Amino acid sequence: MSDEKLTTADYPLAEKRPELIRGPRGAPLDAVTLDAVLAGDVTLQDLRITPDALRLQAEVARDANRGTLGANFDRASELVDVPQDFIMQVYELLRPGRSKSKQPLLDAAGTLRETYGATRMAEFVEEAAHVYERRGLFTHRF
Amino acid sequence: MAANRWGRFSDWDERPLRLDKFAVEDAENGFAAFKSPHDPKPGLRIVDGRVVELDGVAEADFDMIDLFVARYHLDTAVAEEAMAIPSPAIARMLVDMNVPRTELVRIAHGLTPAKLAEVVAELNALEIAFAYSKMRARRTPGNQGHVTNAKDDPLQLAADAATAVALGFDEIETTMRVSRNAWANALACAVGASVGRAGTLFQCASEEAEELKIGMAGFTSYAETVSVYGTERAFIDGDDTPWSKAFLATAYASRGIKMRCTSGAGSELLMGFHEKKSMLYLEARCLCLQRAMGVQGTQNGGIDGAPITATVPGGVREMMAENLVAVWLDLECASGNDARSTESEIRVGAKILPYLIGGSDLICSGFGSILKYDNSFNPSLLNGEELEDYLVLQRDFEADGGLTPIGEEQALDLRQRAVAAIAAVFEELDLGQPTREMMASVVMASGSDDTDSYLPGEVARISDRIRDRGITVVDVIKALHARGFIEEAENLLWLVKLRISGDYLQTSAMVRDGKILSAVNDPNDYGGPGTGYRLSAARREEIVAIRDVLDRETVLGQEEEFARQEAPGITFTKMGEATVGDDPREVVIGVSPAFGVKLFRTMSGIPVAELLGALVEGIESAGGVPRIVRLRHTADTSFLGLSAARLSGSRVGIGIQTKGTAVIHHADRLPHNNLELFSNAPITTLDHYRGLGRNAAIYARGDEPEPVVVPNHGEAMGSRYHARVALIYAIETELTADGAAPEEITMEIVGVPA
Repeated sequence: MSDEKLTTADYPLAEKRPELIRGPRGAPLDAVTLDAVLAGDVTLQDLRITPDALRLQAEVARDANRGTLGANFDRASELVDVPQDFIMQVYELLRPGRSKSKQPLLDAAGTLRETYGATRMAEFVEEAAHVYERRGLFTHRF
Repeated sequence: MAANRWGRFSDWDERPLRLDKFAVEDAENGFAAFKSPHDPKPGLRIVDGRVVELDGVAEADFDMIDLFVARYHLDTAVAEEAMAIPSPAIARMLVDMNVPRTELVRIAHGLTPAKLAEVVAELNALEIAFAYSKMRARRTPGNQGHVTNAKDDPLQLAADAATAVALGFDEIETTMRVSRNAWANALACAVGASVGRAGTLFQCASEEAEELKIGMAGFTSYAETVSVYGTERAFIDGDDTPWSKAFLATAYASRGIKMRCTSGAGSELLMGFHEKKSMLYLEARCLCLQRAMGVQGTQNGGIDGAPITATVPGGVREMMAENLVAVWLDLECASGNDARSTESEIRVGAKILPYLIGGSDLICSGFGSILKYDNSFNPSLLNGEELEDYLVLQRDFEADGGLTPIGEEQALDLRQRAVAAIAAVFEELDLGQPTREMMASVVMASGSDDTDSYLPGEVARISDRIRDRGITVVDVIKALHARGFIEEAENLLWLVKLRISGDYLQTSAMVRDGKILSAVNDPNDYGGPGTGYRLSAARREEIVAIRDVLDRETVLGQEEEFARQEAPGITFTKMGEATVGDDPREVVIGVSPAFGVKLFRTMSGIPVAELLGALVEGIESAGGVPRIVRLRHTADTSFLGLSAARLSGSRVGIGIQTKGTAVIHHADRLPHNNLELFSNAPITTLDHYRGLGRNAAIYARGDEPEPVVVPNHGEAMGSRYHARVALIYAIETELTADGAAPEEITMEIVGVPA
């Protein structure tokens, strides 16, 4: 991708900048047709958002003065290729009392960073670990 | 009735309102809408770009919510400037059409929860409504509907989803009686919502992990069950933290699924962890937290806490105020008007009005498109029962509430098509074989009490099969196509395809006419009259087109039909210009210009011949002598009566219009000071007219009869009849001629009118 930052004028991307949007396996938007679905050329795998699309949406959001929304899209771009089961595992660990200490959360953060390159998400989970410790959330809950 | 009690209190006891229970204001126990002595004073201290004190709490004592808000919501670049502006001054900016929304949003990024609450508390209800309309993120208003039923019947879900789409809901939301049925519900609503047009976003509210899985299978396009709370204890008790919820929000975005959080006044009170704070302050914390998490929007405004919030003084105003905080923080707002907070229809109407006329991203975060008993979320503020009332409110106020009236044939066609489509998908995917009888019962049914279709247990087995076999939206698209539902297959694919670009993840996104409309490309630009959202001529035409509207042709056609039936039976013979009578027993009946000429029935349906017969009979029964005169210079009841009286030998006369309005008059009285008047023609009977004739004859001989009273039961006569009356009366006035002389006529009834 170029250094060009998208603005609100580029939105909706599917209408204004379709050339920037590709499916997870590289298919352009106009290749996603009913015929292609029937022929088996387009599967559910092709009907997913990509990290690139999320980063572009983050640029649009920031241009609209929605920095926190942009940050969420950036974090999400890191989770696109993280398997569903692992996502649900991390979510479960983040719920109150599921972790008995900081360590399981720090381990999950490590996996996010090292296995999936999800740096921002890893930091976010580490931050949670520190906050939970401070607020006494690592206690047993029945 | 109890002794020593004004009976009116007993009447009031019987009104639905008295089923609502109200609570005393009690901040110590969490029952305070806007203000509690335990609310903190707004305050913010920043040292080297770091928040070291927030609303009176030092950094060392921050709870999880303070921490999250301080780190992610507060923009330290604007905070000092923003916090320094006095709250009343910011409140004025909110209602000043010359201060742009963008400037207020910029300031909000630097305001603490206590400050946001303090500012909106300055506004009265009208100011809040106006500020809300100015501050909401997307210009075009929208609406969301619930589609559920008491049996989790997929056939009915499909039919009702299609109906909801036709009514114009931008989003539909389902949930289940039996949680196992989530997959069947999702598939059925997805199919139903693909009938008619593409682009209605759809969600299936279920357990968090399951909901995300259903989303990943492509059946749903948004989620809003991610709840947040305003106290740390409530949060933990709800089995989450700001970090776990923020993580979930990110997970939804990573799957290309639109998502908003949920929060609302009263939830902390219901959960028992309100920390003695006011509802508004706690809600301001929730909303800052949501902006901090980076979610695009919120379902906010009481929500499940709406009923308890409405029990306290100012509770309804508080829900408006928290919605204002939400949109001021630049969040999409699905503005509650959801859980039914009252049994009083007046309170329902009052609650919805500010949102209807001011607009909202989603006016209801669940309008019950189905009947109350079929709503698996619990009844909504407005439901299938009251849906037409809402359509009429749109028309009354020329306000876009997001819905569009549908015709009977259209509804039936869509329901048939949707049921056929889901049945085809079931057969094609080997999920079930619905019978013709099942399908037919669902198409016609207003609610699940009237269907003979699937029961929850059978649905559970279908739902399990969908889940276990890993059926996805792609399988459903193929099944629809295989069975000839090409348009539905295209529509469903169109919706799933939205995920690839993620355009609908931006703030306040919905789909209109096949295009994404969000706060990015349809920003609310209100800046005074003539700006912001306005009804287009085309949209206005849709909104006003409710069913059963009277027009001139219909009404006149009906009158012509009466004429065909009755005119052949009556002969009026003109006897020349009427003169003043000299018989002291005489009572002149002055009939209106169209009486028995163009118009033949009263508003209560009495044929004119019978009406005249009753008057004549009444006059004669008291020894009077009737004489009939047609008056042509006026159609006004008072002047018909007065003119008749002036021609009468007794100086007493009766004036009568064809529609049945009648008067007894005396020649010496002022025009509008008559002896007796029947003004409610639609409830006036032949007996009343007979009594009127009799009384006229009694007045004629100088006695004082007991006036005839037509009793009413408080009917809104004007709303029931005036449109028709005006059209009919115009026929009378068309036949009047200035200065036309009264004409003496005789009436002969040839046959008994049909």
